[in-house]
Amino acid sequence: MYEARFHGRGGQGAVTAANILAAAAYSEGKYSQAFPIFGVERRGAPVAAFLRIDEKPIDIKFQIYEPDAVIIQDPSLLEVKEANVKGGLKPGGIVLVNTKKEPSELDFGDAKVYTIDATGIALENRLGTQTNPIVNTAIIGAFVRATGTISLDAAVKAVYELSPAKRDENVAAVKAAYERVKGV
Amino acid sequence: MDKITLGAVNTEPGSSLNYKTGSWRTMKPVLTPENCIFCNMCWQYCPDSAIEPADPKEKKPIVIDYDYCKGCGICVQECLANKNVNLKDALAMVPEEK
Amino acid sequence: MGVKQVVKGNFATAVAAKLARVDVVPAYPITPSTLFPEQISQYVANGEMDAELLLTESEHSAMSAAIGASAAGARVATATASQGLKLMSEMLFIASGMRLPIVAAIGNRALSAPINIWADHSDTMAERDSGWLQFYAENNQASLDLMLMAFKIAEDHRVLLPAMVGLDAFVLTHTMEGVDVPLQEEVDEFLPPYEPVYTLDVNKPMTFGSFGTPAHYTEFKYAQWEAMERAREVIDEVFAQFEEKFGRKYEQVSEYRTDDADIIFITMGSVSGTARAAVDRLRERGIKAGVAKMVVFRPFPFERIREVASKAKVLAILDRAVSQGLSGPVFADISSALANVSDRPLLMDFIIGLGGRDITFKDFDDMAEKAQKALKDGKVEQEVNWVNLRTELLGGE
Repeated sequence: MYEARFHGRGGQGAVTAANILAAAAYSEGKYSQAFPIFGVERRGAPVAAFLRIDEKPIDIKFQIYEPDAVIIQDPSLLEVKEANVKGGLKPGGIVLVNTKKEPSELDFGDAKVYTIDATGIALENRLGTQTNPIVNTAIIGAFVRATGTISLDAAVKAVYELSPAKRDENVAAVKAAYERVKGV
Repeated sequence: MDKITLGAVNTEPGSSLNYKTGSWRTMKPVLTPENCIFCNMCWQYCPDSAIEPADPKEKKPIVIDYDYCKGCGICVQECLANKNVNLKDALAMVPEEK
Repeated sequence: MGVKQVVKGNFATAVAAKLARVDVVPAYPITPSTLFPEQISQYVANGEMDAELLLTESEHSAMSAAIGASAAGARVATATASQGLKLMSEMLFIASGMRLPIVAAIGNRALSAPINIWADHSDTMAERDSGWLQFYAENNQASLDLMLMAFKIAEDHRVLLPAMVGLDAFVLTHTMEGVDVPLQEEVDEFLPPYEPVYTLDVNKPMTFGSFGTPAHYTEFKYAQWEAMERAREVIDEVFAQFEEKFGRKYEQVSEYRTDDADIIFITMGSVSGTARAAVDRLRERGIKAGVAKMVVFRPFPFERIREVASKAKVLAILDRAVSQGLSGPVFADISSALANVSDRPLLMDFIIGLGGRDITFKDFDDMAEKAQKALKDGKVEQEVNWVNLRTELLGGE
């Protein structure tokens, strides 16, 4: 079973990213489960969402405490102690950060670090607004490349089907992030 | 003996007509028909729908249905003829004669 | 074969209402069930569903409207949770007493105070005497399937009682999972239109909700009791028909690795899958554990619980609610099921997962440890045990 935890801020679409990836995995014949840390609905508050992917049906229903990957949609969360973005990461696990920095500039111990300028990609594709870009579809592209858990095709299809608006722009963001993720 | 029905549904409409609820009065309202001004205030206020309304066009006064009148006296209280000092009383409570 | 989709539990119950061709949906939104009226609203607005959506001013009114619509012969569904179910409470008893097969999806949520929006079974457990059939879903597929089956069971003329399907707040209502959504024609074949016995009709007036004097009231309640008793057999029939049609098997109580078990965990709702995985881990350590998941809570599955009990040395009963001053409600009911059974296992109650507290493998390890001690001692020292109680927070009163 592959377990990932997404950290973002309310309104950035971290929960939706996990939901879309769950749909993408399911469309490939895998089993999946996605759910948020429940109850935090305030815009800007730290939020987290969970994603499980497996070849077998997923029975367990508790939160993910030891993820294979953590995805940090908002780099400012690295400074927020309560968000505990590194908490429980498995040894040798994956960290994916939305930042312009190189992976070598970030210290996550023995974790495999990937970076993606998801904010830049969102702005290029006019997703969200200048002040509040919606980065989740770019994160999806980078996640697919970094973890190899889902095919790019399945992710693109799921994003296209589940985007409430700007379908082509969202798909372009997925593809751009897939190409540009650093650390590969 | 009637059997109970599903969910206590009563399938016979209007079965309340089988029960005369006006049998236990101690006082009853009595109308003086020639004093009735056809205002129908008593009909509006009667909690038991025991008054047949007056028809002002036909100058037909109200009729009290003693099968259902419980003798509460609200009609006597509300009667506009009773309230108006310039008019003669139309309704009065009198002891039930046994 | 239906359409495989990744959906939230609330969507699963709403799509079930659509597939059941529900005529009227009176609802008042409340977390975590809000997505149900939202989804129904979309279906109606898009013309995908030919139903009357009544957005009422309270849950009390929603259930009142449901009663009126059902008495008029409509198939009726609604959804609520927690305080909303409490506000409906008065009307719940009227729905069951009037023998109206309304179906409600309940996003099982804790009760105030303190205010809490997360999962436990306090809301539906407090309505266990309301005369409604009660089903508890383990996952989103079961939420959809049990809704469909609930209509068929509730509307059966041997039953004619309302039914509620519980799905745990957020853990199911807001979690995305793969669900096989049946096709409309398959559901139409499985679920015939509702045929009411009596209907509100201006051309043939009747009195609904009439008076029941001391001379008749007991008999009305006994008739309701008999309907609930007959529901046991109807549930088994409908579960079997559903399996034949859709290939998914449901049982009033589902057992997992119980045949040689010393300790059997009794579960309801979303924790059941975690329990099975926990049992696999315990077995790897040589602890003979099993799980019996109760899908049906009303009518209470006495016979099946007695069968399960006959296999175990300890029944570890998980209660996601507490009856203050007694125990957990499931523990109390299972105790009564075994009252006249001479060779019964030790019974232990575990109050767990209140107000959305996560239930993990560690909790099952702790429960198994306590159960093993009881097994070794041959007696239960403490009947009611609070799992994962943060004792460091206590003592501030």
